Amino acid sequence: MSTAVPASERVVAAIDQGTTSTRCLLFTRSGRMVAVAQREHRQHFPAPGRAEHDATEIWRAVTRVVPAALRRAGLGPENVAALGIANQRETTVVWNRHTGVPLARAITWQDTRTDGIVSGLADTAGLYAEVSGLGPATYFAGPRLQWLLDHVPGARDGAERGDVLFGTMESWLIWNLTGGPDGGVHVTDVTNASRTMLMDLRTLEWSPQLCAALRVPPRMLPRIVPNAQVYGTCTGLLPGVPVAGALGDQQAALVGQTCFAPGEAKCTYGTGAFLLKNTGPRIASSAAGLIPTVGYLLGDRPVYALEGSIAMTGSLVQWFRDALGMISTAARIETLAMSVPDNGGCYVVPAFSGLYAPRWNPDARGVIVGLTSYIHRGHLARAVLEATAWQTREVLDAMNRDSGVGVTRLKVDGGMTANHLLMQCVADVLDLTVERPLGSEAVSLGAAYAAGLAVGYWPDPDVLRRNWHRAAAWEPVMEPGLREREHVNWRRAVERSIGWARSG
Amino acid sequence: MVRHIQSVARAAALLRLLGGAGRPLALAELAAALDLPRPTAHGLLRTLREEGLVAQDAASGRYLLGDDLGRLGTPWDRHDLRARAMNWADALAAGTGCAVYLGVPAADGRGVDVVHHVFRPDGSPQQLRTNTVQPLHATAWGTCLLAFAPASVRAADPLERYTRRTVTDPVELARTLESTRRRGWAADPGGWEPGEGGLAVPVRSGGGLTVAALGVGAPAEELFTPDGRARPDPVQELYTAAGEIAAGLEGLV
Repeated sequence: MSTAVPASERVVAAIDQGTTSTRCLLFTRSGRMVAVAQREHRQHFPAPGRAEHDATEIWRAVTRVVPAALRRAGLGPENVAALGIANQRETTVVWNRHTGVPLARAITWQDTRTDGIVSGLADTAGLYAEVSGLGPATYFAGPRLQWLLDHVPGARDGAERGDVLFGTMESWLIWNLTGGPDGGVHVTDVTNASRTMLMDLRTLEWSPQLCAALRVPPRMLPRIVPNAQVYGTCTGLLPGVPVAGALGDQQAALVGQTCFAPGEAKCTYGTGAFLLKNTGPRIASSAAGLIPTVGYLLGDRPVYALEGSIAMTGSLVQWFRDALGMISTAARIETLAMSVPDNGGCYVVPAFSGLYAPRWNPDARGVIVGLTSYIHRGHLARAVLEATAWQTREVLDAMNRDSGVGVTRLKVDGGMTANHLLMQCVADVLDLTVERPLGSEAVSLGAAYAAGLAVGYWPDPDVLRRNWHRAAAWEPVMEPGLREREHVNWRRAVERSIGWARSG
Repeated sequence: MVRHIQSVARAAALLRLLGGAGRPLALAELAAALDLPRPTAHGLLRTLREEGLVAQDAASGRYLLGDDLGRLGTPWDRHDLRARAMNWADALAAGTGCAVYLGVPAADGRGVDVVHHVFRPDGSPQQLRTNTVQPLHATAWGTCLLAFAPASVRAADPLERYTRRTVTDPVELARTLESTRRRGWAADPGGWEPGEGGLAVPVRSGGGLTVAALGVGAPAEELFTPDGRARPDPVQELYTAAGEIAAGLEGLV
């Protein structure tokens, strides 16, 4: 996809290094996307619970998509003012600093091989929560790094000698972009570092205490840097262009959606959904198991965020399509759901691998309740969509309890915003205005914004706010009594799912 | 006298033969049954296969009826359309500064059903119009369907007046549709809401069938010159976006 751009125009390039693909997008000063190029990479599942990526393959993808995007826009490296990166978070790679070769495949965020390590941390869980803000979980990068150090031949010795480096994907890409073995800059940005269980959330430095506890040699760690800063200069690819921005994908979306004031929140609806709320200079402590995290560091002081994730949103629709065969394309769930006026008393609780925030019940399993002879496919389709809305409500309620500042409107992005029935349902259930911005690429835009701010392409975040345009808004229209009754029914349905895997 | 087109008649005969055979047929059998030279039969079959009306058995190379025959007369799914159009509709709104509408024939053919609506990116308060049905003769997207998808829609009778500029005379409407077909895009100078103009182009599927109308809406003076002519830039951007959306529809069931 591309739109004609005058040859004199300067653009900012963003690399979106995602779970299934790597993309390069070019943005103009008004925040308009002018070209995109994409390349998928292989998913390796060597054993149950294991999910890996070949970091070299991903770097190769970057070297292809960047020139391809420029070609589509008819531009050259001289037109690129800066390059920013948004990446899949918590995916962990170790590599040899002299050869640039990874010691093993990168372990991705979906991989659960560290459950043994993590359950061994139960006694010291308080320490991790206190310092890093994160309770030990297989989700985070630190335990993965320990696993690699303990299982990959030569990794620990090399790391202690200073020959082996650790990074999340943005680290790996910045190092390669700025020269690799030949002077590559070894850094990680604060948002990615805040997902390792190794960083002190207050000082934004590696915690010697946590590094010692996870037995990570400090020499292998990248320097922690702000989200908008010239980290280095591209060598081979885009020679001379400053690498000037990096954020984890969900934090990038927070910036792309310009949620710059405390209480502003965004939810990205994809396979799963991620709700992040700006909590300003304050680190919110969560009783409900939401994750306090660095939102972004664009100026002198960090802005924190509270994060709640929903495991199954788009993936529930995919299941409805592929496993049940109820629809032939994901978009048609809306057609099917619109064939009935309501859910007919039917509720779907998608606790396929337990319930996450704010309930945290690993023994819960999915249930469909309220089945009668009256129920047909259309009611199930509605119940599937409503499940996403009610899960959003539960996360948002917990967030409002934990952080004091109430959310007054919700900015949404991601593929599922194409479903207008779902978005209306979210507005109804939250009793909030739900808004979609023009251009659904909030993640990439956030990375571009960070890089552009660092080099002065954009003077300050206020200018970016003026680039945010409302493309659609859904206002709550549900009658309050009905909302309350449906909320009660949803909670009763969730009760039925709890503890199911324990018995039998 | 309208000309009889031989290749269309032959294609119809091929389809009837395949439909009645009860088993896949080989090229030689088909050519012989219809008394056609083999290269002619082969060319017809290949074109029909590209259109999805004929399928070819991978193992034997024999021909049978294609899946798309069963879908003749089935409208495209409106939400598939929206999902495929969304990025391009956003780009169109960003590029033109106008609101964007994607309309399809309403179920009863008596209106244009708004499948997708993108706000005008100017910060003004606006209401989402998705799933509203608007009059065919008074909107650019409706006029576009009347002109390019005449089998799927029927204009109201009598033509209701909404503003001073609504076309209510059937003869004048016929003239408007004629010029719309000739130039390839539809225009509304404010026949539905006073002062609010629209421009629209057809979104065509692979075979040229119009499946939707893609339009931009803005104050009439932004879309038309003072002497009533459409400004060229939005029309050009509409064509580009409609072409990209159409390309995205390929492979969609």
